[in-house]
Amino acid sequence: MPPRPSSSAAAVTISADGRSVRVPAGVTVAAALLDLGVSTFRRSVSGEPRAPLCGMGTCYECRVTIDGVAHRRACLVTVADGMHVTTAATAEERQR
Amino acid sequence: MSAVAGSATLRDRPATGAHETRADIVVVGAGPAGIAAAARAADSKRRIVVLDEAPNVGGQIWRHRSPATLGSEARAWIDRLSRTNADVRRGVAVVDVVVTGDAGDITVVAERHLGGVDVIRASALVIATGARERFVPFPGWTLPGVTGIGGAQALLKQGATFRGKRVVIAGTGPLILPVAASLTDAGARVVLVAEQAPFQAVRDFAISLLGQPETLLQAAMYRLAFLRTPYAMGTWVTVASGGDRLTAVTVTNSRTTWSLPCDFLCTGYGLVPNVDMARFVGCTTADSAVAVDERQATSVPNVFAAGEVTGVGGVALALVEGEIAGATAAGVARIDPSLGRRRQSLWVVARRMERTFALRQELGSLARDDTVICRCEDVRRAAIASLADSRQAKLYARAGMGACQGRVCGPALELLFGWQPGTVRSPLEPARLSTLSTAALAGAASSDAVHSAGS
Repeated sequence: MPPRPSSSAAAVTISADGRSVRVPAGVTVAAALLDLGVSTFRRSVSGEPRAPLCGMGTCYECRVTIDGVAHRRACLVTVADGMHVTTAATAEERQR
Repeated sequence: MSAVAGSATLRDRPATGAHETRADIVVVGAGPAGIAAAARAADSKRRIVVLDEAPNVGGQIWRHRSPATLGSEARAWIDRLSRTNADVRRGVAVVDVVVTGDAGDITVVAERHLGGVDVIRASALVIATGARERFVPFPGWTLPGVTGIGGAQALLKQGATFRGKRVVIAGTGPLILPVAASLTDAGARVVLVAEQAPFQAVRDFAISLLGQPETLLQAAMYRLAFLRTPYAMGTWVTVASGGDRLTAVTVTNSRTTWSLPCDFLCTGYGLVPNVDMARFVGCTTADSAVAVDERQATSVPNVFAAGEVTGVGGVALALVEGEIAGATAAGVARIDPSLGRRRQSLWVVARRMERTFALRQELGSLARDDTVICRCEDVRRAAIASLADSRQAKLYARAGMGACQGRVCGPALELLFGWQPGTVRSPLEPARLSTLSTAALAGAASSDAVHSAGS
């Protein structure tokens, strides 16, 4: 694949917790969510807020639901046009 | 032949949805060591499959979104790999590895992050799984806003924006300064860089580097001095505080303790080799790293290891080890002796670095009774402090039982209580049930193959 320096300027549209947002192409879901101001990616087993720790797939703290598949590591998945991402925040809203 | 019979068995069961490949060599990990191993082995016209979890090759040190941002050495190696016929698969996690006896028949089962299972059968395995950060538990370390040091660097390279954020960097080792420099370049306000090692140790190490081509570290030092970023040695963070996310940290140098407001705390205490896969297939380890001979062969026949997994030593050492491992795995009889000499001299520097940045005792007693030690299962210090070893901590209190499989709390348990890591089991990563059934079938197929080969 030839390098495409201009691709960093391109954007894709994802749905983050039901919100349709434009994010830069090529970034990971974790980077996109952090820049959208998401601070709680998941809730721990005792309900604590958690967010990316290791950034490299080891710690599993950045787990979110991507296109209906739960427990995906947001730091290992690149955003794609039309992708649906759900964090703990949405799950909590549903419970209310 | 036997492996072909095994693969036919799998193909007869399309319901598993596995994508099966026969190769000569499977390389796990596409950082510098894995890239060098695959590129070198490809010179010998071997069929190679490379597997990596990340969306791009390069591992942690050469992580990139566009090749244009890479240095010349990284680009050269990645180009070299792309010119080979190696089948490089990104975004896959290895969940199971079966090494069947002396025949050298190796089966690797990997799950694609967004669906699908790959089964690779090969005659040789190169483990280049790298290293991860060592985390030290302290009150508040689970708050959103607390990341690793390498973690922050990784998130930055993944596209996260740190512009205008107040960042404290606290930990140890040569990784700190380049990360501080790149966060500063990205517009973050690095309010403190805290190195736990004492001034004298860091100074002696810096002087020892004068004759070494560690340009990255030196450039970072000059850059931070120029930007007047506060760099404190013999200093560490004791508490992270905030409600739903981090708002401040408490810092000490044992004489004075003070508080600093911040948006991010990047903290990491060196690197830990990712030995889980190697231990799982039975490789001997020493000092938490995979033991290898001068040809990068592990204690298990046809299984080789290269890079940080054999002991943390940096990118130059990883490349040399990768080249040797690739050549050996490809059956090259005589390996350039200059590679061996280079490996030896880099190894000496690496061990000196390890001594410089040894962890101070105080770090093992920062966690309080109610501090979470195992983040996956929320196991607090009080729940395990009276137990005997990591096996008990897992069986009685679920420490290390969760999604990360003890990769974060394992090294912490060692620091806090002196406990060695427990047994590694499959799946090596959390996997879907459909993947596990495929793994079971693939393993069964291997056993059949061995049986038929022996009969």
